[in-house]
Amino acid sequence: MKGIKSFEILKNPGLVPIADIPVLDYSEFRKQTSTLLVKESYHCVNYFTSHSGSYIDFYILVANDDSHKILVYSHRQPANIKSLESISKESFQLHIFEREIYEKSGILFEGHPWLKPVRYPHDRAVKELFIRDYPFYKIESEETHEVGVGPIHAGIIEPGHFRFLCYGEKVQHLEIQLGYQHRGVEDVFLKKTGLLQRSVLSECIAGDTAVGHSLAFTQAAEALAGVAINQRLSAERIIALELERMAVHVGDTAALCGDVAYQVGQVTCEALRTMIINTTQDWCGNRFGKGIIRPGGTNYPLRNETADLILDRLKEISRRFVEVTDLIYNDSGVLARFENTGPVSRIQAHLAGAVGMAARTSGIQRDIRKTHPFQAYSALEYKPALLESGDVLARAMLRRIEFELSYSVINKLVAELKEMPRNIDIAPDYSLKFKERMLCVSLVEGWRGEICHTAITDADGKIVLYKIKDPSLHNWHVLALAVREQEISDFPVCNKSFNLSYCGFDL
Amino acid sequence: MLREIKVLKSHGSQYVKDLRTQSVSELFRGLPVISENITHEEIVKAAGLCPVMAIDERKGSVDLGKCIFCRECAFALPDKIRFTNDYRLAVVRREDLIINPGACSPLRIDKAHVRKEIRRMFRGALKLRQISAAGDNSSETELAASGNVNFDIGRYGVEFVASPRHADGIVITGPISENMSEPLQICYDAIPEPKIIILAGSDAISGGIFEGTPALNRSFLKKYHIDLYVPGNPVHPLTFINGVLDLMGIK
Repeated sequence: MKGIKSFEILKNPGLVPIADIPVLDYSEFRKQTSTLLVKESYHCVNYFTSHSGSYIDFYILVANDDSHKILVYSHRQPANIKSLESISKESFQLHIFEREIYEKSGILFEGHPWLKPVRYPHDRAVKELFIRDYPFYKIESEETHEVGVGPIHAGIIEPGHFRFLCYGEKVQHLEIQLGYQHRGVEDVFLKKTGLLQRSVLSECIAGDTAVGHSLAFTQAAEALAGVAINQRLSAERIIALELERMAVHVGDTAALCGDVAYQVGQVTCEALRTMIINTTQDWCGNRFGKGIIRPGGTNYPLRNETADLILDRLKEISRRFVEVTDLIYNDSGVLARFENTGPVSRIQAHLAGAVGMAARTSGIQRDIRKTHPFQAYSALEYKPALLESGDVLARAMLRRIEFELSYSVINKLVAELKEMPRNIDIAPDYSLKFKERMLCVSLVEGWRGEICHTAITDADGKIVLYKIKDPSLHNWHVLALAVREQEISDFPVCNKSFNLSYCGFDL
Repeated sequence: MLREIKVLKSHGSQYVKDLRTQSVSELFRGLPVISENITHEEIVKAAGLCPVMAIDERKGSVDLGKCIFCRECAFALPDKIRFTNDYRLAVVRREDLIINPGACSPLRIDKAHVRKEIRRMFRGALKLRQISAAGDNSSETELAASGNVNFDIGRYGVEFVASPRHADGIVITGPISENMSEPLQICYDAIPEPKIIILAGSDAISGGIFEGTPALNRSFLKKYHIDLYVPGNPVHPLTFINGVLDLMGIK
């Protein structure tokens, strides 16, 4: 694009020296950003501040899906800046980033359409604001009522509050209020400086995405240290990532069946999920893959015997999953509940900045494995699944389609592994030293969608900022849009069809 | 109809026949064994690399309430520290989670340390309310799995319920964030007496990797007696199930 001032990062993970990041004046920054984000093929993967004494740097990272690059540029403001004009009113997908900055630094974004608290972090700018006083949008009418659900929910799931404004059984508006799970993860990243500590921490950002997040961290650490890892280890990491995806997709199918009382589907898929995660446990001793991904090496190299075991199990699991999903998606009772329920249009998904499965079921092909390939995906030419109806049925069926795609990726990689010479096992390296004054961006397509970790190092190579973005940061709002004009009793299937992370959002 | 039958035939019989003796993978990181011959130097090395300071620098003991089972100490000192695949890790006294060098007996629950009214009232049917207090969703998923078609803790009359009004106790996961401290208290207060408290996972027992961070508020735990500690990262369903059965005195 002509006239765009940015540094283009060509690889994923990628580095840019801080000094090389163009600094634009704010009106230029606003104009450039809102122009870029009009196109579906550009989306903002991160927008955050870095404070240095007398000034504040605002860094934005915009992914270009066509060129496979990541554009980085910034604007700089004095430390005592009180307000800025909001860019969200032109490019709504930035709403959540401007809200985050407002909550942490107090900088008011004028004209922002929905400047509400994000997660009530312990280091918020206004300490006197408490999570129990969240300012919900209200309707004054004798014909409407409010339904509040949470923070603690009926099932065994994480806490969050859902406030429905209803007209009879129809939802006019859903406001999702999170923050209950806030643990201060980004702070802990800065305080616990050992690489092993950071590795285990990254596995806990969202425990159901232990492989996804730990891979995002590990890639970033290796890029900052200038460490290249061998082809075999790279392939093993993707096998672990796809196993995680398959396990959750099968589990989600079980949960969706449970919500529409289709018990055959529920119990079969529960048992299949157990088989997949027990296979992961046979690889590394942990059902969630905690321990597999480490910087510079691994404690659990994938031996040929274990790879054969994985393929053996997956063959039977796949046969049964295909068999049961053929049943599920032909059942008229299930279809009646899923079809046209909770629809999200392509325009809504684009405006809201949807990523991952929420984007791919509304016709937007966003998948880091294709657009910004990392690890073994660089040679794989992954073709993402794409559906268009944007309803619960699309999101449910996407699980089945992606399960099969993941299975074929694992098959391919295991075959490649067997052709590779058996390397000497390389243990993890916790002594990596990072380059100075760098910004590093690392993107991974977790099972929900794109994970983005961004690190900034100082003149001593110390990490002074670690910004974590879980795909749920974008997608919770998409769920809120999905239930508008829907029956409130369909909320559980809508919620489960997205299956977003509370702790990944709250950090 | 025929398709359903085919699916059920493929599905087969899924329940674990004996939850007390079911074996898990050799690699499962369960009860650690520390050699009584571990040297002071080796203890200092292990303590230094532990990401959660679970190893006592003087005694060389491992605190399973802090341990996140990453196994790095065992990788560094394979002849002195070993994680067995014994998943029976739950105890009723916090100090029983400290595993000393040379200790070789399995962890068990002594009925003398269990409140009498628990077994009297809940042995036949125990209803639990799960509260995720900033848990990372891995232990929550495993607790939900303990009621699934494979583990079926329901066969012993143990169930997770939707309302604290229907519950006999709570199972807390997560390090307890400031933002969850009030909802946790409100939920606990809504449970009728007598009631029990179970802590599931290293985050709940000690704060795990989040121990000491300013976003937490663990003051709730100082107010009440804890009835069961279940270590894990995450808690394995078999660890939780065996812990609850032992607490209830169910064979």
